[in-house]
Parts: sequence; structure tokens; C-alpha cells
Amino acid sequence: MSAAWRILHKDLVLELRTREALSGLVVLMLLVLLTFTFAMDPEGAGNAAPAVQWVTFVFAGLMAIQRGFLLERENGAWYGLLLCPVDRGAIFVAKMASNVIVLGLAQLVLMVLLTVLLGASVLAAPAAMIFVNFLGLVGFAALATLFAAISVRLRAREMMLPLLVLPLLVPLVICAVEASRVVMSGGSLASAGAWLRVLATFDVIFSVAGWMMFEQLVQE
Amino acid sequence: MSARASSAPLVDRVLPIAATFAMLAALWCVFVYAPNERMQGAVQRIFYFHVNAAWAAFLGFFVAAGASALFLWRGRVEHDRMAVAAVEVGMLFCTMVLVTGPIWARPIWGAWWTWDPRLTMTVILWTIYAVYLVLRSSAREDPQIARYAAVLAVIGVLDVPLIQVSVRLWRGIHPSVISAPANKGGLEDPRMVVALLVTMVAFLLLFVWLLRLRYDGLRLRDALQRLEDRLGEVAR
Repeated sequence: MSAAWRILHKDLVLELRTREALSGLVVLMLLVLLTFTFAMDPEGAGNAAPAVQWVTFVFAGLMAIQRGFLLERENGAWYGLLLCPVDRGAIFVAKMASNVIVLGLAQLVLMVLLTVLLGASVLAAPAAMIFVNFLGLVGFAALATLFAAISVRLRAREMMLPLLVLPLLVPLVICAVEASRVVMSGGSLASAGAWLRVLATFDVIFSVAGWMMFEQLVQE
Repeated sequence: MSARASSAPLVDRVLPIAATFAMLAALWCVFVYAPNERMQGAVQRIFYFHVNAAWAAFLGFFVAAGASALFLWRGRVEHDRMAVAAVEVGMLFCTMVLVTGPIWARPIWGAWWTWDPRLTMTVILWTIYAVYLVLRSSAREDPQIARYAAVLAVIGVLDVPLIQVSVRLWRGIHPSVISAPANKGGLEDPRMVVALLVTMVAFLLLFVWLLRLRYDGLRLRDALQRLEDRLGEVAR
């Protein structure tokens, strides 16, 4: 556990000093959001806010997570990490946690952008909104972290990560969009219960599966 | 090698013949023996192929996940070959499901495609295993690719119940535009049941035959690769 903490600490210090991931992520989210708005009727775009929110999040998030792994490959940092006498599962936990933290901050910015640009009522139930965002974020980070470890090793890496992750993310996207819709329209968490249960199950299954299977992917 | 040579050819000689005859019998059952469906007419006969292809597809994906899990656990190349062969054959049948479905749906439901949970589920499964094949072909030389693909196959199967639940919930909330026909899947004539069962046997035999063919094909490809490598060493 302390190994995971140290790797996470390293990633966060790196991010804090460069702010590369977060700044890139925020600008990318803004661009995707603007592209959506131009493609839709801006007046009616508020209704589409839950869908826009999660599609924007998923595409920008994939880029950010991929980048995190590419960074490790510079100067052979990744091999250094693998040579450390630590459990490989701890590397997964640390990578997933740092992705959750960075993407979580980006999600907060995305909420502001949705409110300002699309007039989405994300403040209808702030606590519920944060809870829905968190459940969607954890499942996404688990799957994307696991498969980014594969895609960075491939020649067609930019294409392979979305290909690998998007079909598997279908249940998460469906449930997160519907739960966001319920919360944005002022519904209580209980009325989104069915969606949240699937999301929570998704999070648990793929966090555990990622932690167990990561070792299979990083054998050199 | 010699142990294989004595046992394999018998199965490989019987299987194609059995599958061919079973398929001919299935064609006769479906097009001659089984009566016309009262409401839907002749179009309903595609059902015998559609349903059995769906079962064969699911069987293929299930075999692939099992073989992949075994491969991750034991690391034996035989299990990996079995997984690839099962995904390929499963994809063939899954594609057949996705082609025969709209052909039936167009005259009966009035639309090629609806977002019925089962249709949605099938198309998502198709994409997952299509990606599996893309992944395999994207880096054939990478020695790690078998392990990556096996992880994808196992994760894909873990995802199936979640996809099923979420797609059901999703369609449950949105009203269905085209209501499902009342007698969908209801086989009112015993001859229809016979036709379904005969077609099922034919598809099962075809499935096993194709699986063996692909498995052997992959084994031979690996053997050829080894020979070429050795030849390269000798030439140098």
C-alpha cells in the first residue's frame, strides 16, 4: 500500500509542477463542448447536457489517461517502475488513483462549463451530482487505466485505446447519462437508484479485475 | 505428433460429412417440412437460422472467454489458439445474426433496426469481439499480444451481465416505438420445433467443424513460422 502511495505521490507532484495533464484536459473538454454546441441547436442544448457531459468526459479522459502512460515510457521510466520490488497491483492502484484525481478536477471544470455554456442545472442537487460523477469516474478510470497499459505498447496506440475501451464502457455511459439526467432535472438519488446500482457494480467489478489482471499486461 | 495423427483424421473426416448432411436436413426441414407461420408467412422461416446462429455466437464467445482465462492461468499456447478460433467462429455467427435479424424485422416490424435490448446487446458484443480481432491483427509479431487479447476476452465476458442490465433499463425507460409482435418465438406447430432442433444440430456440427478448422489453421501457421525462423537461422 505504501508503494502505491509513493507512486501516486510521484505522479501528483509531477502534475502539480507541470500542470500539463489538467490544462490540456480542460482545454480539450472546452473544445469538445464547443463542437457539440455548434453541431446542435444551442437553445435546445440544455436537454442534451447529460449526454454531452459524458461523451465529452469519456473522449477527453481517454486522451489524458493515454498521455499518463506515454509519459512513463520516456527515458525508460516505466522499466524503472517495473524493476521496483513492488506488487504490480500497487502500480495499477496508484495509476488509477492519480487518474481519478486529475479527471475528478477536470470534471468540476466540466460542470462549470456545462452550466455556463449549455445552461445545465448541475446545481439542482450538488451532492447528488458529485456522487453520480464520482461513480462514473471510478469505473471509467479503472477500465481506461487497465487498457492504456495495453495500448501504449501498440503501434496504433491512439486508435487502439478508444477501440478497446468504448464498447466495454457502454453500460457505464448509459447509466451515467441517465443518472445525470435524473439529478439535473431535480430528482433525488433514490429515483436514480437503478442506474447508480449498475454504476457501482461496474466500478467494483472493473477496479478489482483491473487490480488482478494488470500484472498480466506488464510482464516484459 | 503421431498420437494426433492417428486420432484426429477420423473426427476430421466424419465432421464435414455429418455437418453437410445435417445442414441439408435442416434446409429441408426449414423450407419444406415446417409449415408457414400464420401471421408472418414465409419470412418467419429465417427464424430457424437466426436463433441458432445466435446460440452458436454466444457459444463461441463463451468458449473464447474460458480458453482465454485458461491461457492467462496456465500460459499454454493451445488455449490461446482455441480462444482466437472461437472468437473468429463466434464473430461469423454473430454477423449472421445481425444480417438475418434486419431481413426479418423489415417486413414484420417495419424497420430494419430497433433499439430492442436484445439487438443492442448483440451489436455491442459484436463490437467487443471485432476489437479483439483488430487487436490481434494490429500487432501479430508482438509476443505479448496473446496476453492482451486474453485480458480483453475475460473483461468482455465480465461486462456482459452489466451490458444486459443497463440496456434493459435503458429501453424500459424509453417507450418502444415498435411493439414486439405478440407471438414472437411462439412455435404453435410441433413441426416447427422439429425444424428448430434439426437446424440446431446442424449449426452445432458446423460450429465444431469450423472451430477445428481454424484451430488447425492457427497451429499450422505457428508451425510454419517456426520453420521459417529456423530456415532464416540456417541461411545466415
